[in-house]
Amino acid sequence: MMIAGLAFYLFAFVAIASGVLVISARNPVHSVLFLILAFFNSAGLFVLLGAEFLAMILVVVYVGAVAVLFMFVVMMLDINFVEMRQGFLQYLPIGALVGLILLAELIMVVGGWALTPEQIAAAATPTPTGVTNTHALGGVLYTDYLYLFQGCGLVLLVAMIGAIVLTHRTRPGVRKQRIADQNARRPKDTIEIRKVESGRGI
Amino acid sequence: MLEIGLAHYLTVAAILFSLGIFGVFLNRKNVIIILMSIELMLLAVNINLVAFSSFLGDLVGQVFAIFVLTVAAAEAAVGLAILVVYFRNRGSIAVEDINMMKG
Repeated sequence: MMIAGLAFYLFAFVAIASGVLVISARNPVHSVLFLILAFFNSAGLFVLLGAEFLAMILVVVYVGAVAVLFMFVVMMLDINFVEMRQGFLQYLPIGALVGLILLAELIMVVGGWALTPEQIAAAATPTPTGVTNTHALGGVLYTDYLYLFQGCGLVLLVAMIGAIVLTHRTRPGVRKQRIADQNARRPKDTIEIRKVESGRGI
Repeated sequence: MLEIGLAHYLTVAAILFSLGIFGVFLNRKNVIIILMSIELMLLAVNINLVAFSSFLGDLVGQVFAIFVLTVAAAEAAVGLAILVVYFRNRGSIAVEDINMMKG
């Protein structure tokens, strides 16, 4: 119990500290790296909560895909980030005000939260005992929530097609291989047989 | 102190969410950081969902967290694609310039 408590404080502290650095780092590359750190530590929190599958998904999807995507875009765009920092402090007071009010409200709401046994007994899908988290999650996801799961796949498909359509472009002046043209090419289109008299050129 | 309850997790999630809001205000010019702040907020929401799921003994919270994760990934992909197209057309990603779409 003591180890779990210490681990919670470690993960929570590092996650929050890296969250602060994400929004305040000078270099966006550092921001992305701190975002990755925040995701890793949140995965640690998920493990402490007993949601191992989600923790691994967080590492695979966020760190492996989303953060790398951010990294690609940050490095691909040739932007003067120093210029973008101008006016950084202009919005600091109002942003800090809104953030602190929101934080105070949220903590006031959740600080006094207590779960009654009736609430726990009224769970729609009680966590089954004796099976792993992944097994239990699969059992729920592929039965009760099958259509929503398929919808998720559809969302991802549409996002993929949308991203490709948005970023795909045909640049003029680039010679590309056109396989259909290559296959349609016949010897008589290109090869000409001439009789050449000996001792003379064409 | 070392007995970790639901309120501890909810507080961490609340702090991360506020940081996300704060990041949107602070980096008004840089769309990439704004997108990252949105990712932070979605992460905070996921922590909330998983914490409630764990303490209530109800698996639906984790299922919903998976859905949130999916939507967050799709949002990041499409958002960054729009950003790349915008940069190609304009040569900058400053938020102030985007209002030229108002016509």
